[in-house]
Amino acid sequence: MDAWLRPTSLADALAALAAGPRVILAGGTDLYPSHVARPLPGPILDITALPDLRRIEAHPGYWRIPCLATWSDVIGADLPALFDGLRAAARQVGGVQVQNAGTVIGNLCNASPAADGIPNLLALDATVELASRAGTRHLGVADFVQGNRRTARRPDELAVALRIPRPAGPALGVFEKLGARRYLVISITMVAVVAEFDPAGRIRRARVAVGACGPRALRLPGLEAALAGRRPEPDLVTPDLAPLAPIDDVRASAGYRLQATEELLRRALGALGTSRARAA
Amino acid sequence: MSVIGFVLNGRPVVATAPPAQRLATVLRDAFGLTGTKIGCDAGDCGACTVLLDGAPVCACLTSLGQVEGRAIATVEGLAAERLAPLQRAFLRHGAAQCGICTPGMLMAAVALLARTPHPDEAAIADALGGVLCRCTGYRAIIAAVADAAATLPAEPEAGAAVGARVARRDGVEKVTGRERFGADALPAEPFLTVRAVRSPHPHARFVIGDLAPLFAAHPALVRVLTAADVPGSLRYGIYATGKDQPVLAEGRVRHRGEPVCALVGPAEALAAIAEAEVPITWDPLPPVRFDDATCSEALHAHAPGNILCRGRVRAGDPDAAPPPGAVHAAIAIETSFVEHAYVEPEAGYARRVGERIEIIACTQTPYMDRDEIAAILGIRPEQVRIVPTAVGGGFGGKLDLSVQPLIAVAAWLTGRPVRMVYSRPESMASTTKRHPARIRAEAVAGADGRLFSVRFHGDFNTGAYASWGPTVANRVPVHATGPYAVPHVLCTSAAIHTTDPPAGAFRGFGVPQAAIAHEALMDALADRLGLDALEFRLRNALRPGCRTPTGQVLGADAALALCLEALRPRWRAWRDEAAAFNAANRGPERLGPERRGVGIGCMWYGIGNTSLSNPSTMAIGLARTGRVVLFSGAVDIGQGSNTVLAQIAADALGAPLAAIDLVTGDTDRTRDAGKTSASRQTFVSGSAARLAALALRAEILRRANAGAAARIGFLPGAVQVSEGTESSLLALETLPADADGMVLRAEGHFDPPTTPLDEDGQGIPYASFAFAAQIAEVAVDTALGTVTVRRIAAAHEVGRAINPTLVEGQIHGGIAQGLGLALMEEYVPGRTDNLHDYLIPTIGDVPPIEVTLIEEPDPLGPFGAKGVGEPALVATAPAILNAIAAATGARVTRVPATPERVLAAIRAARDGGRA
Repeated sequence: MDAWLRPTSLADALAALAAGPRVILAGGTDLYPSHVARPLPGPILDITALPDLRRIEAHPGYWRIPCLATWSDVIGADLPALFDGLRAAARQVGGVQVQNAGTVIGNLCNASPAADGIPNLLALDATVELASRAGTRHLGVADFVQGNRRTARRPDELAVALRIPRPAGPALGVFEKLGARRYLVISITMVAVVAEFDPAGRIRRARVAVGACGPRALRLPGLEAALAGRRPEPDLVTPDLAPLAPIDDVRASAGYRLQATEELLRRALGALGTSRARAA
Repeated sequence: MSVIGFVLNGRPVVATAPPAQRLATVLRDAFGLTGTKIGCDAGDCGACTVLLDGAPVCACLTSLGQVEGRAIATVEGLAAERLAPLQRAFLRHGAAQCGICTPGMLMAAVALLARTPHPDEAAIADALGGVLCRCTGYRAIIAAVADAAATLPAEPEAGAAVGARVARRDGVEKVTGRERFGADALPAEPFLTVRAVRSPHPHARFVIGDLAPLFAAHPALVRVLTAADVPGSLRYGIYATGKDQPVLAEGRVRHRGEPVCALVGPAEALAAIAEAEVPITWDPLPPVRFDDATCSEALHAHAPGNILCRGRVRAGDPDAAPPPGAVHAAIAIETSFVEHAYVEPEAGYARRVGERIEIIACTQTPYMDRDEIAAILGIRPEQVRIVPTAVGGGFGGKLDLSVQPLIAVAAWLTGRPVRMVYSRPESMASTTKRHPARIRAEAVAGADGRLFSVRFHGDFNTGAYASWGPTVANRVPVHATGPYAVPHVLCTSAAIHTTDPPAGAFRGFGVPQAAIAHEALMDALADRLGLDALEFRLRNALRPGCRTPTGQVLGADAALALCLEALRPRWRAWRDEAAAFNAANRGPERLGPERRGVGIGCMWYGIGNTSLSNPSTMAIGLARTGRVVLFSGAVDIGQGSNTVLAQIAADALGAPLAAIDLVTGDTDRTRDAGKTSASRQTFVSGSAARLAALALRAEILRRANAGAAARIGFLPGAVQVSEGTESSLLALETLPADADGMVLRAEGHFDPPTTPLDEDGQGIPYASFAFAAQIAEVAVDTALGTVTVRRIAAAHEVGRAINPTLVEGQIHGGIAQGLGLALMEEYVPGRTDNLHDYLIPTIGDVPPIEVTLIEEPDPLGPFGAKGVGEPALVATAPAILNAIAAATGARVTRVPATPERVLAAIRAARDGGRA
């Protein structure tokens, strides 16, 4: 088996994966740092030469973020306010150097508990398009991410794209991240919210997700249900944080994470209110 | 291996290498483009930033395979024939200090300027936020990018170098990527690599098993070094009495990251060896923690109770009853390990030349390295040649040996050149840190607002080995009152061994930790007396003629009062503005969580070693060519001594700065200038350089039979001595030259006058003290506990600013490190061995800084100059912590003041009322 492949067609890529498991390399912004001062483990499938998998595209019922779309591509794409949260996350993933190389799907597949992309993808109700020689399947992000650095991707599959469904009405995304410095900071906790509004400006439906507060990012269904039919404001509800299971680590204690998460949720709801006019 | 073609700095090239190899490695190793630096190998520092089709990326995260057919631009491509405008701007603004981050900064900025020719500060910060700098505090970098059309500063006339903002002498190398740092210098001959195998345990016994299977599996492996292979003294250490640190551990390790054996062989062969293949059996022992070290089993026989040493200063009657109406304050504070986090990991190589060894590596102290390596190899110091490379940041961390012992032993035993480059995790796990401190202090002031007494005790976690622990233990009690006149004093310290990494030298030697305590006390006393915090400090400031707690009487240069008076207008204005903001934000309709506050911190700092001789000898020569050469053993670690010493020598000699060349560091060519540490090179080596230049001047004038006021012109092959209308030409070509080509040579020697401290700490510990006061304004998010420093003003008494741009650079950089100490830096052994878990300030964290330089000439310093390397760091954390208290009423007593700790303090203050 070749130690390194860089196929120029999806069919070749899937054939290579069908032949045996490979480490998949795209932007390299997670893979290389996990092997400091050592060579990458092989065999490697470098997917960056695959054609037509970079451009973020609008389709009738959904947007598609292909697997080579970088954070900079998200920042530069013509996307509606629904994506404001994802865009805010994109500006805070590493520095410009990492944003230029790192991919949104790579962030998802790396499945770090502190991945800034994942709460946003949960709030966007994104699904993952997984391709293999056996066919294509679609999994919701909540089903795809199974735990700390564990996903449902089979070794013969490639996560080819994300699909973000178009909401029925005006919608807005927000992202609140807490870190201990201005740039290049791993989140202590983070909150992503996407809300769809009815014509009267009330929340028709909201999806709320929290990251860095457990082995994987989670939605808060209790809070989501409580928000339905209400106008967004900071002190709308006392969030039920029971689903979260943060840990103590070098960045903060579990207790502080919960306190800060509650505050970030209030701010996210406040931002929904103040930025509601952006929703389209 | 693949053959991969791409365009490199405009030229098509082909690389033959594994396609998954990091582009940074390919650029450096295959193309020799060492301007692209590897600081972390993990995308955390941005030093390896290059442009890929015009967009900045980290070359350490980019595979060679991915650049096929694309265009790469590196720092070497910026200046084809002459410097690019941005490079000139970096030199004018002092935006490059050590220079290790400069290529990354330049490339990130070039990409920004291509898109946005006139960026504002926010855009600059966003574009450069991915590159870490540990020296400059970023403000000069922001200024340079905003002023990318700048020209180079003019070269001063003869006699006008001191006080001029000249560009660094070594600046062009730093902005073009040509500077050679530890990992950039390679032996000419084929070389071996050494890789240390390090302890994963903080405390353990170990046995190294049979190595035969390892050699059998890896035939290219040349040697495995163990403690038994060290030819001379196994143990080394800073103090003659403290040689306690083994080159390789002998059956027992005392900290995580301690080397137990070392593999020597070709780099590829070593890379193929898995750590698990090295047969080591570990028997973990209970760690010795700072909490209970004094009642744990002693780690060293010479340190019962794990107490390495103590320090003490006693003055007046510390037990005297306070006067009626006196107020009292007490504080207990705790600080964390702080990592130097220079962007350059330790690196270098050694080669054996007959019966001599040459070490080419980054260091702050070539002569101490020379003597240590001689002892380790069992040879005479004259058999060791240390050739320092450029140093990509030191801050005290490169005062201890790192790669040197292993490369020296390996090269000595194999007879082949041997290279070692620390990885970032290895550097962080194994090298020294700032001492964590636990301090209790109390102070009493009379109703007249004058300090009456101070009591202070600090325990300092000095880790597994002594390193610079005694220096910290001695320096802290001398400084622990703060820069104030106090009649009754008892200040004590202890350096305590634990199974943590060795704590050593770090900018300030324990004084930054102590200052957090004394400045909290000053605020508390002022508050209790109903006095303004600045005015209270001014009333108690050490002034000319004051007696310090060690009994030293200060001279006319003790100018803390001038610093405070300089800050007073801003102090009042900023406090009014913060109060207005808080009042506006407190109304029922605008109940935001942000509160602002302004805090003040003062400091004093003794220049040079504490009560120990610390001489410097500088040599200067006149070459046959008519050029002047300053032979300086002082290592420029980015602070600018190469430039400052040349400025001093130029004016003392009466030569234009441009006539002076530099030979630095090499122990075969220079004299011992002492270490680059304790803010001493300008003061001590500057004095020596001045004396050397004066002696050379006297010799030239003597030969020309001219008077002291004569002018000397430096011409090709001759000097012209003019006095009034008389002029004589001294031809140099016919004079005999020494091995360096010098026809005249002179030396200068200076050792600052100090006296030993007695058992009560009485004596003259330093020949000179620097003084400073700083204020900081912060915004505290009282719902999350996050702190943003909004602005800082710093007033420093520097004696004479030899080069104001460099002095401001030291102040900015010290402030950035002080901000990190205050708010985010906390090294946890085994948990934060990288630059994403260990946080240092980024370009977005350092606020605008206003610097006021106060010049009260020091009677001993060259042209009146003092040292300025450490003071700004000392005053910063106290000012920030006092500002947090002013904003919130909450006193954070454990640093760093992380969001969690700040929030907890706010809630405790709210629940308990104002204590």
